[in-house]
Amino acid sequence: MQLDIQKLGCERDERWLFSDLDWQINPGELWRIEGPNGSGKTTLLRILSGQMADYTGTLSWHGEKLSRCREAFMASMLYIGHRPGVKKALTALENLDWYQAMSTVEEGGARARRDACFQALEAVGLAGFEETPVEALSAGQQRRVALARLALGHQRLWILDEPFTAIDRDGVRQLERWMMAHCEAGGSVVVTSHHDSGELLPASRVLRNLRFDGQGGVHVDC
Amino acid sequence: MTAERAGPRRAVEPLPGLWQGFAATLGRDCRLRFRRRSELANPLIFFALIVTLFPLGLAPDSTLLSGIAPGLLWVAALLSVLLSLDGLFRDDFDDGTLEQLLLAPQPASVLVLAKIVAHWLTTGLPLALISPLLAVMLSLPGHSMGVLMLTLLLGSATLSLVGAIGAALTVGLRRGGVLLSLLILPLYTPVLIFGAGTVRLAVDGAVIAPWLALMGAMLALSLLAAPWAAAAALKLSLDG
Repeated sequence: MQLDIQKLGCERDERWLFSDLDWQINPGELWRIEGPNGSGKTTLLRILSGQMADYTGTLSWHGEKLSRCREAFMASMLYIGHRPGVKKALTALENLDWYQAMSTVEEGGARARRDACFQALEAVGLAGFEETPVEALSAGQQRRVALARLALGHQRLWILDEPFTAIDRDGVRQLERWMMAHCEAGGSVVVTSHHDSGELLPASRVLRNLRFDGQGGVHVDC
Repeated sequence: MTAERAGPRRAVEPLPGLWQGFAATLGRDCRLRFRRRSELANPLIFFALIVTLFPLGLAPDSTLLSGIAPGLLWVAALLSVLLSLDGLFRDDFDDGTLEQLLLAPQPASVLVLAKIVAHWLTTGLPLALISPLLAVMLSLPGHSMGVLMLTLLLGSATLSLVGAIGAALTVGLRRGGVLLSLLILPLYTPVLIFGAGTVRLAVDGAVIAPWLALMGAMLALSLLAAPWAAAAALKLSLDG
């Protein structure tokens, strides 16, 4: 298994968002997290991505405690949150180039990095906008710059918080196809979404569901 | 058995380069500053304004001005750095790139150091470079110009490093500016005392080497501790 979650619990403002959550994220699984607003979806993702230390229980990555293998975990995990993580004053290419430099292992130099970024931006439909400052792009396009990181393809575990926000219908479909392809290639995806997750996902055989019922209960359907 | 459990796959997987991450973050931050020209110019204009207003407010008497010049230049430089600190992590916090910076596989302290270096290159360094121009206005003796620049170079780097801790602690607060000043000013006073003191000694033609050594020691100490402390503070600020 990739990520093993044991007895995970998180308390916020004297209310348990979830407790005693046992869950495993294996290669090839696409987990969709559903639940009403404020039920703790984002908090769960922030814990899974190692951003919050305020929880009970243990998280293990390939059998080792998460806190003891931080670098290896961070190198193989990609998190996209509510805030896109894109600098508005920089161009799409410059934004992506930073992410590529932070995550690539190959010593290909600046040239190879740029080429990879060009390809990733083309993959999200931003060909021709590479040198445009992000602030001049539309909200959906800005979101696509962040999602272009998926196309760089370094990480095996994707943790995506509401990735479909501001994305048009074709974009949603494309993103769904990417997620399914990623899982079929042995990766894992954890995704929250208010949408009824588009059209393609529900039919997929890699899909698993994790439901928050809003009263502190979490149901894991395999 | 244990070796098997840890997984041979993970052990051999190479990690992204430390230096590559540092260079990319430094380059990105410098580029950002140069794209927002007004932010780049703000501390410099503030510095120049304070220094030009003093001779107007006091008498344009060169002996009086040259007496207060070391202290005045240093106070003005310190306030300019303080003014620019709030933006060090705030923008990154707002657009989510700070979150991503802390999620990078490289140690957060190294990446935070890259941000601090970028801050110094775009704030402290230009302040030190234009300081002789303003020192002339305060009729600081010519032979102490070099020392003024040197102390500002050393001192402003310390100010950026120490200030980053305060900026990291207050980044999650909506109005962190005043709190930031209160937190950081006590830590700034030794730098101010030694910085201005060194220039004053240089004006008098005294030996300044031990003072410079002390300023260097302060820089070395903050270089060691500040990136680590600021990274820890950032994690605290974002955890919630």
